[in-house]
Amino acid sequence: MADTVNKALEPQLDRRGFLKGCTMAAAALGLSEAMIPKLVEAAATAERPRVIWLHFQECTGCTESLLRSSHPDLARLLLDIISLDYHETVMAAAGHQAEKPSRDRGEAPLPPCGRRCHSHQGEWHPLYDRRQDRHGDPQDRGPQSHRHHRHRHLCHLRRGSGGSTESDRRGRRPGSGQRQADRQHPRLSTQPGIFPRHHSPLSDLQKAAGTRQLNRPLFAYGRRIHDHCERRAHFDEGRFVENFGDQYHKLGYCLYKVGCKGPETFSNCPAVRFNDVDVWPVSVGHGCIGCTEPNFWDTMTPFYERLPNVKIPATGIIDSADQIGKTVLGVTAAAVGIHAVVGIGKRLIKGKSEE
Amino acid sequence: MAQRITIDPVTRIEGHLRVDVEVDGGKVTKAWSSGQMYRGLENILKGRDPRDAWLFVQRICGVCTTVHALASVRSVENALGLEIPYNAQLIRNLVQSIHCLHDHIVHFYALSALDWVDVVSALSADPVKTAALADSLSDWPGNSPKRFAAVKAKVKALVDSGQLGPFANAYWGHAAMKLPPEANLMAVSHYLEALDYQRKATMALAIIGGKNPHIQNLTVGGVTTNINPENQTAVTMERLYYIKQLVEEVSSFIKNVYMVDVVAVGALYAGWIPYGAGVTNYLAAPDMFLDAAGTKADLPGGTVFGGDLKTIKPINVHADAYFKENVQESIAKAWYDGNWSKHPWESTTDPKFTDFQDDGKYTWLKAPRFQGKPMQVGPLAQMVVGYAQGHEMTVKSVNGFLEKVSAVAGTTVGPEALHGTIGRHAARAVRAGMMAISPSNIGASWSRTSPKATMRSSVPGPIPRANSAVSVSTRPRAACCRTGSSSKTGKSKITNVLSPRPGTPGRVTTRTSSVPTRRH
Repeated sequence: MADTVNKALEPQLDRRGFLKGCTMAAAALGLSEAMIPKLVEAAATAERPRVIWLHFQECTGCTESLLRSSHPDLARLLLDIISLDYHETVMAAAGHQAEKPSRDRGEAPLPPCGRRCHSHQGEWHPLYDRRQDRHGDPQDRGPQSHRHHRHRHLCHLRRGSGGSTESDRRGRRPGSGQRQADRQHPRLSTQPGIFPRHHSPLSDLQKAAGTRQLNRPLFAYGRRIHDHCERRAHFDEGRFVENFGDQYHKLGYCLYKVGCKGPETFSNCPAVRFNDVDVWPVSVGHGCIGCTEPNFWDTMTPFYERLPNVKIPATGIIDSADQIGKTVLGVTAAAVGIHAVVGIGKRLIKGKSEE
Repeated sequence: MAQRITIDPVTRIEGHLRVDVEVDGGKVTKAWSSGQMYRGLENILKGRDPRDAWLFVQRICGVCTTVHALASVRSVENALGLEIPYNAQLIRNLVQSIHCLHDHIVHFYALSALDWVDVVSALSADPVKTAALADSLSDWPGNSPKRFAAVKAKVKALVDSGQLGPFANAYWGHAAMKLPPEANLMAVSHYLEALDYQRKATMALAIIGGKNPHIQNLTVGGVTTNINPENQTAVTMERLYYIKQLVEEVSSFIKNVYMVDVVAVGALYAGWIPYGAGVTNYLAAPDMFLDAAGTKADLPGGTVFGGDLKTIKPINVHADAYFKENVQESIAKAWYDGNWSKHPWESTTDPKFTDFQDDGKYTWLKAPRFQGKPMQVGPLAQMVVGYAQGHEMTVKSVNGFLEKVSAVAGTTVGPEALHGTIGRHAARAVRAGMMAISPSNIGASWSRTSPKATMRSSVPGPIPRANSAVSVSTRPRAACCRTGSSSKTGKSKITNVLSPRPGTPGRVTTRTSSVPTRRH
């Protein structure tokens, strides 16, 4: 029996609760923590903070992710916390009616999904062009125009790499190149793994004290997947899945040899997990694909081949997982052959009794 | 003098769509449907390991992730002549059916309902009368006067705040909004409840898929999900019961709320039933396979032309020659270099933007054709094709649904009423009801087999030989087809994706009338 009488319908918010609400709203929308004061300012008035959500070269996965958000859930977010004034997947109005209310709004944070679409040659900018075409005045392109002004509070929390992150970097540093997943002109909009961390954005954001490279918050990107993986002990002991479906896969051994990119990927997936049901890819027997790392579509593929140059400890628990990370880029001599032998050797010694 | 109306953006869809119509004397005389975004997944996939492709193509659409993924791995398996383990097939079915439960609910409530339901009108509803109306339709426990009063207060607070958010500037109060205030209040309440139930479905899906919207438990050759009651790292009985409970809750919502609301909308908007039939050629892919080889589909595939059930031709397997030989895609109107119709595995994707040309190219969408004809795909196509073949579950479900509509509408509504916009909603609701039964059938299958034998190895190395591949599947909202060929080096050489995702080629139904939105 579900919560057919939704208590959320009668919220009693005090000031503290309201601040919390602002933080929740920022987190749910994937805004940087720098935006929280602005949301609080907006929220101090009777108005709910207005939010304009733009979709570019994306797959709507971020919106789907928002649908899966449980705290705050979507109804609470939309009715109590923010005023989602523009969101093409949700809004009732279409066409010019959709754009009218947002044209004269005040400052609004923009969490766009995906990147703008254009070719190497700058031949086409479909989304940009259509607005320009219709509105004539480039300063009045509806919500789109805000992108060209100062509202560049992009979301790094939700979209790890390839999508808006890349777009933003390119925007701020023109000429930094087309470092993206795709080797040809089409832009691959990615939904890097971090974005569906929808169920707990609040706890994530509140702990965001620092950032590592790429302006990514430490709470989400501070450690390698490998560091908190429940199968790490198998890695350390040299127990590996050799092929999907083999006896070692069924026993839940380390997935490194079938392509897991956990040793090279910075994300909190194993700690925070997904969808409120304590799962993540490794828990269903599939390796990490490194989807929070920049350009992972190129650097982490083939997904089912093992990472090169990962040093496998001969035995026992090592004291610094960072050592492994440093060897990943090939600084240290490769130990792939050794680890394989160690793994097989260990199984020969004691494998059968474990199964 | 014809008047040109441009609707851009078309909202509450996935992607970027623009629709232009010319209206003369109150009638639409010309129409253009323009996909506004280019993705180019076909080119991105070239030269990559085919085993990786499914993870890429899932990102075609964050809404219909699983179906793209399944079509991709099946395509590679088809190229390799690979059977997958029976239990892996069942897990894939579970993924697909639970995803449908989620998506059909979202499609009706979050995306479509606002075309039929006047949110502001709910303010003048009497909660007690609303409860009486709801009780006459279903015994859903959420239909209480207290609940409806709370929802009404919530709507009032929203309207009083002056910040309608996503509900701003819509057609509230328009004469074409037919529902009485009580029906509107009931629907708004269900809209909010639907947000909870769609999430429950995604939780069930994540238990198998590792996460979603983008799942990560597939692999060429099977699935990676290990069902084993005796291993703590596997999906154990505890997890299976969790799925069962979630699916039961969602199924109850579908049966007692979603299907009932679609019946009510259909009956109260009976005048709209003839509209929106669009293309009445139907194509459905066989799906939910019950054997390792993928030859025995629980949901039948096939084609029906001109809405005539007698024209039914079955499609039994994904690589069916009847399908494979007859499907083509055209770029006559799309921003790609050239002007041809080709089989998907022979076609190319070379973007060439020309701006919007009324008589030339105006969209990023390639146009798939079957025997040169546009086809309607998706839940209605699956119902029509299943009905025409006398598929027991389809016939029973469709007839049962039509009986309910007839009872509420006070007139006999037959299957011909399904050709239209409301019919598509009805078919989707019926399909949701059918898909809700599927997981428990799968559970029953497991009780007859050894759950330990779930998995098998995926293809161990690079794809070894030249081959061509095809796979097609019906999605919650449309259908997609995956084709590919691999060269001797085992890399993807040509890949193609037929999908209505704007920016990836193809919408099997490209006519404006088939856009599943309703305007007043």
